Amino acid sequence: MIATMLAEAWSALIANRLRSALTMLGMIIGVAAVILMLAIGGGVQKQVADSISGLGSNMLIVTAGSGRQGGIFGGAGTGASLRIDDADSIARLDNVVAAAPSTGIAAQAVAGPANWATQVTGSVPAYFIVNEWQAGDGRLFTDREERAGARVAVLGQTVADKLFGANDPIGQMVRVKGVSFTVIGLMAKRGQGFGGQDRDDVIIVPLTTALRLLQTNAFRRSIRTISVSVASADALDPVTDAINALLRQKHRLRAGDADDFQVANLTAITDTLTTTTKAISLLLAAIGSISLVVGGIGIMNIMLVSVTERTREIGIRMAIGASRAAVRLQFLLEALMLSLIGCGIGVAAGTGLATLAGGAIGFDTNVTLYAVTVAFAVSASIGIFFGWWPATRAARLSPIEALRS
Amino acid sequence: MPAPLLALIDVVKDYASEAGTFRALHGVSISVEKGEFLSIMGPSGSGKSTLMNIIGCLDTPTTGRYLFDGTDTATLSEAALAKLRNAGIGFVFQQFNLLPRLTALANVALPMVYSGVARRDRDTRAQALLASVGIGDKPRSRPSQLSGGQQQRVAVARSLANNPELLLADEPTGALDTKTGIEVLALFRALNEDKGVTVIIVTHDPEVARATNRVVRIQDGRVFYDGPPTEAALYGHAEAAA
Repeated sequence: MIATMLAEAWSALIANRLRSALTMLGMIIGVAAVILMLAIGGGVQKQVADSISGLGSNMLIVTAGSGRQGGIFGGAGTGASLRIDDADSIARLDNVVAAAPSTGIAAQAVAGPANWATQVTGSVPAYFIVNEWQAGDGRLFTDREERAGARVAVLGQTVADKLFGANDPIGQMVRVKGVSFTVIGLMAKRGQGFGGQDRDDVIIVPLTTALRLLQTNAFRRSIRTISVSVASADALDPVTDAINALLRQKHRLRAGDADDFQVANLTAITDTLTTTTKAISLLLAAIGSISLVVGGIGIMNIMLVSVTERTREIGIRMAIGASRAAVRLQFLLEALMLSLIGCGIGVAAGTGLATLAGGAIGFDTNVTLYAVTVAFAVSASIGIFFGWWPATRAARLSPIEALRS
Repeated sequence: MPAPLLALIDVVKDYASEAGTFRALHGVSISVEKGEFLSIMGPSGSGKSTLMNIIGCLDTPTTGRYLFDGTDTATLSEAALAKLRNAGIGFVFQQFNLLPRLTALANVALPMVYSGVARRDRDTRAQALLASVGIGDKPRSRPSQLSGGQQQRVAVARSLANNPELLLADEPTGALDTKTGIEVLALFRALNEDKGVTVIIVTHDPEVARATNRVVRIQDGRVFYDGPPTEAALYGHAEAAA
């Protein structure tokens, strides 16, 4: 019986092709808008997630605890508690991709007549892996150069601009604290960090060299930070715990002693951004949903007209034995068919538009199965919701009145 | 003696109108046996349409009882009444009342859709019914492609779809020319005599009523005459009441 009623609903829609098409147009636009908006929202989310991972979202930073001279506490990282072999031990932990120990010195860099106050970072080649940072020109220093304490340096873009202007810095000399370094590479541009700091305003030299020639006596054997790259975001927490346990053991801290180091990650920042982009996607989807509701009202409108026009048909059907439930079902099926066919076309149109939009703005705009499923579920609900009243009106008609019309 | 197919006992029907209550039927009592072939006559406004609606279970009496095949229709639910209209009663209307979008075959099959007959069986039976009313060659035609007489034959075939006990026809020849009207009446007569279907024709046309075996004349909401189709009864002379 349902098959027959579906066929009848279809023939009723076909009988009024133009009207059915115009009614569906509301649904088509609504569904296409929702699909498009969800795809763009998803694209924005992915874009943001990518940029976060570019900042090192799967990164942990271990800093030394505060140093103390008499009763005076220094800030984080001023202590001398972290050692290079701490980094080696961390690098061997599960889910750790790389661990790079580094030390930092604020210093005046001089090249010929130019000079510039900047941050000199001493680290190992793993530093470039952890920070996902490549050389833009020239080359990075090797492990061998690092161990040998070679006097080579890699410049951030800002430092290169300040010291060398338009000239090629590679092969030139830079002096820091009286030590001459040969510039072997120029880093790719990295832009600002979350705090607004210029991440290109840096000179990177081998860790051994920095500790031996640049660092003050107190820090000759210790490092300030260890940057740790973790295999996946899910592994951040377990790795943090493992580092805590490892370093407490290595530093021979007894239960009750305070940590002489800190482990920090970027999760808080990631969470904020994820929440924000989710809100943006939701807002976009909500805008699309409004058109969907308008489409639903269009269906209700047309179904009411249809019921009025077909009063006589309803009367005939009742006279030959259609129950009120059967009449209601018939009109509900018509409304449902309008909304679902509209939804199908809308999904196709939305997918096409999303692809076009993705090409135009350079985003990855994927139409997910989830979005399509939601679109169909919502459209079916709209068909039933907005078809219910017209269908009930049809079912409540008196057969005598209906036959007389 | 078996129970009559229809028994109307003191049926009263009131309509609420702007001018107050209007009484369309003033206590009508009629009994119809199985296999009868009768006509209900009366001028317009006499209450014969109201009576037909009640007999057809499209309407219910205000007071009084209406028994269909021994069952008091007042005890039936909406759904049970729909079922009765579907399988117990076949309707034939003056304006045919076929669904214009459906083919002749689909129109005839429609009551069987509502009674839940499988598609294959429906189509087979609908085709057989079309053949039995003489238009077996036009199953794919739409009503608009058929003449008035052919449309009424489709309507008769449809009314027979679920083997009803009662065939209720409202001015079935009213929209047909005389010759076609006579053919449709002959079809009713054949159904009555060959298949034992009880036929009630509601009409104001004496020539139609003459073709039946019993005439019930309604006037001002009362039964004015109930008997064989005499000239006086057919033409409504005063002495017929005597």
